[in-house]
Amino acid sequence: MSLDASDIEKIAHLARLAVAPESIERYAADLSNILELVTRMDAVDTHAVEPMAHPLHMSQRLRPDRVTEPDRRTLLQANAPLTERGLYLVPKVID
Amino acid sequence: MQNKSIAEMAADLRLRSYSSVELTRHYLERIARLDPGLNSFISVAAEPALAAAEHADRAIAAGTAGPLAGIPIAHKDIFCTSGLKTSCGSRMLDRFIAPYDATVVERLAAAGAVVLGKTNMDEFAMGSSNETSYYGPVRNPWDPTRVPGGSSGGSAAAVAARLCAAATGTDTGGSIRQPAALCGVTGIKPTYGRCSRWGMIAFASSLDQAGVLARSAADAACVLDEMAGFDPRDSTSADVAVPDYVDSLDEEIAGLRIGLPKEYFGAGLDGRVAASVHEATKELERLGADVRDISLPNSPLSVPVYYVVAPAECSSNLARFDGVRYGHRCEDPRDLEDLYKRSRAEGFGAEVQRRIMIGTYVLSAGYYDAYYLKAQKIRHLIADDFQRAFEEVDVIMGPTAPTTAFPLGAKMDDPVAMYLNDIYTIATNLAGLPGMSIPVAPVDGLPVGLQLIGNYFQEARLLSVAHRFQRATHWHLAAPEGFQ
Repeated sequence: MSLDASDIEKIAHLARLAVAPESIERYAADLSNILELVTRMDAVDTHAVEPMAHPLHMSQRLRPDRVTEPDRRTLLQANAPLTERGLYLVPKVID
Repeated sequence: MQNKSIAEMAADLRLRSYSSVELTRHYLERIARLDPGLNSFISVAAEPALAAAEHADRAIAAGTAGPLAGIPIAHKDIFCTSGLKTSCGSRMLDRFIAPYDATVVERLAAAGAVVLGKTNMDEFAMGSSNETSYYGPVRNPWDPTRVPGGSSGGSAAAVAARLCAAATGTDTGGSIRQPAALCGVTGIKPTYGRCSRWGMIAFASSLDQAGVLARSAADAACVLDEMAGFDPRDSTSADVAVPDYVDSLDEEIAGLRIGLPKEYFGAGLDGRVAASVHEATKELERLGADVRDISLPNSPLSVPVYYVVAPAECSSNLARFDGVRYGHRCEDPRDLEDLYKRSRAEGFGAEVQRRIMIGTYVLSAGYYDAYYLKAQKIRHLIADDFQRAFEEVDVIMGPTAPTTAFPLGAKMDDPVAMYLNDIYTIATNLAGLPGMSIPVAPVDGLPVGLQLIGNYFQEARLLSVAHRFQRATHWHLAAPEGFQ
């Protein structure tokens, strides 16, 4: 499996990463090498094998549907790059 | 002081041979003097450590002290610590102060441990050499031109250099065991779900597990005793009773069945490392164990499977870093998409971006069955191999890593070569099994690790086998020159 520059641009967009134009070729080569390693999986016939969902085959635990978290907005927003009156600020989305 | 075991330190503190404040000052002085050459700490918390030490001294005097009261440890910088920076080795979190303590941090604090600081690591735990850290590489105390392994390289180097009595680590594909091997310390990765992941920054959630790096199995048992156990805040935490690991240390080795997987001794393994591992298993035979050859036929596929599963989970987990709620934010974003894209490109290093992209690709429409589903199926085969082996043997052993510590920079340009360092450790994570690495005879003055793999929740057995071996040998006592 070999990826080219346009594949990298598409993947980087899906992953929301601004990859510098000069790095694209390098990423294409690196990712192609990693996928080459991954293709070793093709040697195994797995059509009758169940996928492994959990190492210990445990199912998801559920808890009662009750509010357990206190309001810690001020503390949590202390880490935010930009807030105003308790709101997170982002660039204008709707004109 | 720094060469004493945790049990000896705890006894000394109780006898007032020295106080925790004196012990903590001693370690802080060592860190200030010796760590500039190693870079094993990202943050040193001198004042909070001394305050905790004072508190421990008072608790000891009052008779209310916990089992680890006054023992100076360090946390890998992946564990959230309230009031102290948690960077995960990334520019993304360079200014992140967690609003809460991870469960592991909370439990060790409740046991009285004193936190000296946060240790260096590969960025978001993605790496096998500690060279992907935003804070620079860690140097191996045995040879500062070489890597300490990764991703818990700071914890391994700090323990080897006697800059803390023990340290926490995390292991997603070998990140406790491989640096433990390369730095000549004892490391244990418990069963998936044994220690809480709450407050541990997520990399690959079906693989991540917290554990301990220490100078001996007995020390690791002291720390793991306080870390392990059910946590309702972690939805994958195992609700399984925890035995007393220290109490189980002296179990007999006689009759123990040890299996050596032939796939762990094939091409790619340094012959001198193999000889050292065989010498160690011979010692275990002398102690009464029965050593035999076994096979884990699907284990050679663990690296390819891992490089689908781990990046896929990483791309999902790291989607939370958006430049909005916490973490790095770019300057003057043109619009929301530009904010996301540039904040992430500036905040993450190259290896993290590679893995996010691989994960995004293998999960994208049309590729899911060929990659992720296929990998999860082979993961099943790998886990089944282990269960078949455990019908015949009690513990599986082999090398932890294919070579001793390699020079800084040697593998940074070739991601795939770097990934192959974890060829013997990854299968354990894919299966969710507990694993350990303990030092055996070095090669050319560089440490070699023997890996021990047990069945689910058999940490006590691994620790007792390691302890028996360490009672009969001296490899774990060796300290690097300049750090004795």
